Amino acid sequence: MDREQIALHIPRLRRYARALVGDRYQSDDLVQDTLERALSKFHLWRSGSDLRAWLFAIMHNVFINQLKARREYFLDEVTESSLEAAPQADMLEIRDLDTALRRLTHEQREVVLLVGLEQFSYAEASKALEIPVGTVMSRLSRGRERLRALMSGSATVTNLKLVK
Amino acid sequence: MNEITGTDLHAYTDGQLDDSRRVEVEAHLAHDQSATEAVRAWREQNEALRAAHSSVLNEPVPPHLLKARASSRRLPYYAIAASCMALGVALGWALHAYRAERFPDSAALPRRAAVAHVVYAPEVRHPVEVGADQQDHLVKWLSKRLGSELKAPLLTAQGFDLVGGRLLPGSKGPVAHFMYQDAKGQRITLYVSRRDGELRDTAFRFSQEERVAVFYWIDGSLGYALSGEMDRASLLAVATSVYRQINP
Repeated sequence: MDREQIALHIPRLRRYARALVGDRYQSDDLVQDTLERALSKFHLWRSGSDLRAWLFAIMHNVFINQLKARREYFLDEVTESSLEAAPQADMLEIRDLDTALRRLTHEQREVVLLVGLEQFSYAEASKALEIPVGTVMSRLSRGRERLRALMSGSATVTNLKLVK
Repeated sequence: MNEITGTDLHAYTDGQLDDSRRVEVEAHLAHDQSATEAVRAWREQNEALRAAHSSVLNEPVPPHLLKARASSRRLPYYAIAASCMALGVALGWALHAYRAERFPDSAALPRRAAVAHVVYAPEVRHPVEVGADQQDHLVKWLSKRLGSELKAPLLTAQGFDLVGGRLLPGSKGPVAHFMYQDAKGQRITLYVSRRDGELRDTAFRFSQEERVAVFYWIDGSLGYALSGEMDRASLLAVATSVYRQINP
């Protein structure tokens, strides 16, 4: 039953990976590595606990390792100031949602996608990413405001009350 | 009223507040223009993300993913202890896979249906991919993916309302999965997959898969299985109705 149970989650793992990585083939590689690792660690899964959360936690670790191994940090080194200095034409291009997603740090992107796309509760996201709920909230808040700024073509991020 | 924080606004956006706090946030939003704007923008982000990416769920799962095997290639080769453990795990998995493969898929319809039932029936927040409020879309979508005209049986007379449905990967391609719920929150699921080649039409059959009761039958190009964690007699009443609606 283990294998079949895992297989049922593949479509959601693929959706999340595709949004996270962007490229179809790279994201399926991420899914495959995740499945392989899940199968080899299946004896560590506590039967009865949330299998979906466990699989997403594994995918998170595989993703981070892939980033490290490839030394590809996408646009994570893009700083706030370089975004503000971007010319108007650039701003028009990044109205496209996916392009805007690429301009978040990978930490922000993971949280925005787990919550917004996969509808994880904040507690589930905190478990999958192995970070405190407060960190989930601050990454979510920054990620969403940055997306909003990018999508509306303005680089200034509205200052909402800071998350507690 | 406690002060409304950014956390409240996000939790409101994501439907993660309890009722009383939600009412408080709504009262606050009524006179806070910029918070209202923010919530609207975040909601649009959520909707746009789902709209942009949900077609992936509709794609057939690439076979190499369904065949993924436990891998030990990441284990450091110099760590003898780790290698020994990996070998044990690999052997264990190989034995397991061998055992699993001894059973032909054709015998596994009720079992696969029961597995899908135990995975999805307990989901509180997202039991289905498409809700009953979009029933037409749901049925059309699943029919298209299975290549057969499906219908979602009406089970209100038995006390069950349609919650919605989702698409699952199966051994013979996509599987349609409908979920129903009664007033007590008890759920049953209807699993519809393409028929396996070697399998003949079967009449109504029953199988007890651990704590899940399953009624199943093969009809034409499709196999049906209705699963629920209830006794056989109660499920039979519902299954009979499903069977009659699908095979009038």
